[in-house]
Formats: sequence, C-alpha cells, structure tokens
Amino acid sequence: MRVEDGGPLPAAFTTLGRSSFVDFLADQAPDLLPGAAFSGMTAPHDRDRHGRDPEAPHATTVLALTFPGGVVMAGDRRATMGTYIAHREMQKVFPADDFSAVAVAGTAGLAVELVRLFQLELEHYEKIEGALLSLDGKANRLSTMLRAQLPLAMRGLAVVPLFAGYDLDRGEGRIFSYDVTGGRYAEREHHAVGSGAVFARGSLKKRWRPDLSAQEAVAVAVEALMDAADDDAATAGPDQVRRIWPVVATVTASGYLAVSDTELAEVVRVLVAQRTAARSEG
Amino acid sequence: MTFPFYVSPEQVMKDRADYARKGIARGRSVVVIAYDDGIAFATENPSRALHKVGEIYDRIAFAAVGKYNEFEALRVAGVRYADLRGYAYDRADVNARGLANSYAQTMGAVFTTESKPLEVEVVVAEVGPTAERDELYRLSYDGAVAEERGVVVVGGEAERLQQTVTQEWAPGMALPDVLGLAVRALGAGPEGSAGRSLASAALEVAVLDRTRPRRAFRRLTGDLLDDLLPARG
Repeated sequence: MRVEDGGPLPAAFTTLGRSSFVDFLADQAPDLLPGAAFSGMTAPHDRDRHGRDPEAPHATTVLALTFPGGVVMAGDRRATMGTYIAHREMQKVFPADDFSAVAVAGTAGLAVELVRLFQLELEHYEKIEGALLSLDGKANRLSTMLRAQLPLAMRGLAVVPLFAGYDLDRGEGRIFSYDVTGGRYAEREHHAVGSGAVFARGSLKKRWRPDLSAQEAVAVAVEALMDAADDDAATAGPDQVRRIWPVVATVTASGYLAVSDTELAEVVRVLVAQRTAARSEG
Repeated sequence: MTFPFYVSPEQVMKDRADYARKGIARGRSVVVIAYDDGIAFATENPSRALHKVGEIYDRIAFAAVGKYNEFEALRVAGVRYADLRGYAYDRADVNARGLANSYAQTMGAVFTTESKPLEVEVVVAEVGPTAERDELYRLSYDGAVAEERGVVVVGGEAERLQQTVTQEWAPGMALPDVLGLAVRALGAGPEGSAGRSLASAALEVAVLDRTRPRRAFRRLTGDLLDDLLPARG
C-alpha cells in the first residue's frame, strides 16, 4: 500500500516495537523489495531460447583491507554484460552509514537496490531506536537481507557484497565477506570479491603490511585493482584519458571518507611512474 | 425502561478538547525557534533516553509535548512514512507539508472517532536552503494545523511563552542568541515571579542545521551545549 498526501497513517505505522525497515517494507509494500518483480518469473518460457535468464549488467571487482585505525574499501568502475561494457562509471562502494561501508559485486541492478535498502535499514534503526547498531549487528542485517535474495541467486542473478567498518567498541577496522546463501565470514587483513578478485587477492597478499598508513593502504587498494584489471577483462583499471578513477573510501574513528579524485589521480600517477621506471631499468 | 442521557455533540467535543488540553498542560513546553543557519529545538527534559525532539528525515524534525507513548507512536509513524516515501520515490520527495497533513488526518480521526483524544501537541519542522524557505507546522490534539513563522511553542504555557519569545525574536539571529532566548523563556516563572536558571543537563536541545550536507538533525549535549548557552552569573 502507499501513503498518499493527506491520508491518515494506517495502524501499522503507529505500532511500536519494530525497528527494521526491511520488515516494514515487506508488510506494507512488498513490491518495492529488491528483486520482487522477478519472483513471479519461474516458468521456463520467461527465459530465452537457450534456457537462460535475460542478461543483465554485472558489477565486478571490489576489495577491502585493514590498516591500524581503520579500513580501506575500493572498487573498479566497470559493469559488463557478457563481453560488452555496459557502464564505465559504476559506483560499487557506498557508505552504509557513518562508520561502515558496503561494496557489491554481481548483478548490478539488484546490487545497487540492495545497497539502497541496506543504507536505509541502518538509518531507520538509528532514527527509531536513537542508537547505532553494533558493527556485528549491521553485518548480520546484511546477511538476513542477502538470504532473502537466495532464489534469485540460484537463477543466476547473484549479488555478493563486501562489508567493512570501524568497530567503535573494539576500536579497529573489520571486514566481512558473504556468500549467496547469506553466510557471513569475518575476514582478517584483506579480502576481495568479484570476477577479478583472484588477481586482486594475490596483489593484496604481497603488498599488505600490518603497519600501513591510511595513504599507503589507499595506494595498495588501487594497485590491487590495477593488477586485477591487468588479468580480468571485466575489471577496469584507472582510465587516465577520461579521468575515471576507482571509488576508494576510508572508514576510521572519524567516520566514512571518500578519497578525492585529485588524490586518486596522484596515487595512479605514482604507481604508473613506478611501473614504467621498473621496466626501463637495466 | 431506561433511556441514555442525551449529550449534545458540542458538549462531547468540548469535553474531549478539555480532556486533551488538561493532559497537554501538565507537560513542559517545547520551544522551536528559527535562527540564521537553521531551526533550534529546546525543552526542559532531564531524561537522556526519552526524547521529546527527534529526527524524521534528512531536513525534517519532530517535537512534541504531552503523553510520551502517544507522541512516540506518532514520531515512529513519521519516520516510517518518510522512509517509505523516500524509498518509493526519491529523498527529495519527502516534505514536511505532506507529513503534517498525514499527522493532522491521524490526530483528527482519533479526536472524533476514538473514545479518547490524543493528549499531544506536535511541531513538524523542515529546514530549507534559505531561512525564507523554512517550514514550521503546529498540530493540535484535534488535528488542527497552523503554519508558523520563526517561533512555535507547544505545551503547558504555550501561549504565554509564545508571546515572550516572539517579542524578542527577529529573523537572522545566531544560534547562541536564540538558544539563550528559548532557555530564558523556559525558565521564566509566571507573571511577576522570579525565573529559574536551567542547567544544560536539564535541557534537551537539538538543531536542524542548514549547513550540514544530508542529515541536518543534530542533538546538542554536554560541552557543546554549554559553549552555546550564555554563561550564568
């Protein structure tokens, strides 16, 4: 149902004791849940003549790594549809709330919708309860939301997020990865998901150190994405001609902060210069 | 055979209004007052957990007096209304006017159909890009809505406080000045008697700050509030 201007608020709105927006939405406007439109599409005739679901843009590599005092999250900008580049400037890293970030890989349309709902879920809880959820609480909410997407994941429309944030109780940055069934895993040090994740993880393993500064951690993240782009066609490296940089953000005790394009341009310039110099030596 | 007493509709409505007014008069007033960079809310409230002022949406806040359980239900309904609308359409499509309308309908329906009216008075405020586009709505227990400029006071001594505050208020005042004015008014005794001086710990103060990027609502507590309040001699 919809509340239009001027109507009295239905009883479900004034009932106290529930602080989840997702549950409220499921009751009041289930058609607005991510993927709701697909739930009726089960018959084979909805698929194309090869028996596949309609092809949809796919978001690729995202990663996160910790450093003393926080966590860095980064994602490339490419969305692909088969061998075709669907979008060059996709955003895959988002603030979940003031102290956490969420990044997504998988079916782009559903992923972005899931992020929008997750952001709202955290804000809604904060407004109704007057308190922030714990970092584990936020990670668990995302898990529950993901579990509801399982039927879609089984049809090939999977969304795999990466969640990271600053744990105000423990005073450190933490990373959580997920699988399509809603399984939630606390990751140490660093993690990557998406098509280029294998290469990004290799790069992170070599470059990550326990004593990285925030700036160094940003450079490590960008370098890992460049390495992923080098070997995975679905991942984009920094585009120096169009000046499209990866989306990179830090989350620390002072909150979520997106790294500016100027800083990223400089990080990329230094990395490219280093690699060029390494080749011309000898 | 017994006949029920005839009670005229005028009398029924009058009794209900008296009942609601009595309930509201028991509560401490809330002063909502505009300043150059936003809208400030101040009330006497020693509780740190049971708030009378709350965030509804990016640029919208809620203040209420009366029975806590009743206005808390309205506040939660407002948050749900705003979040649902913003999710179905866009964040920019949530406005105070629509919410005030829904509250008015809800409160009006309870007043005429339920056995007891809501013992609450509510203010819905929206901070605009400029002070001229700020919106303040006062809603009464019977669903009556009034749009106000600059200052709204609800609660026990609303009329008297509204007069004192409005006399001294001028557009474009700074935050410390309006807070000083609001706190003086809240502490002032009835005509002729000496006023009380309220400590920051006994106050609930919040602002809708125009200059903040998305969510304009912020509570002011502790040292932050002490710095803004005029020093007491």
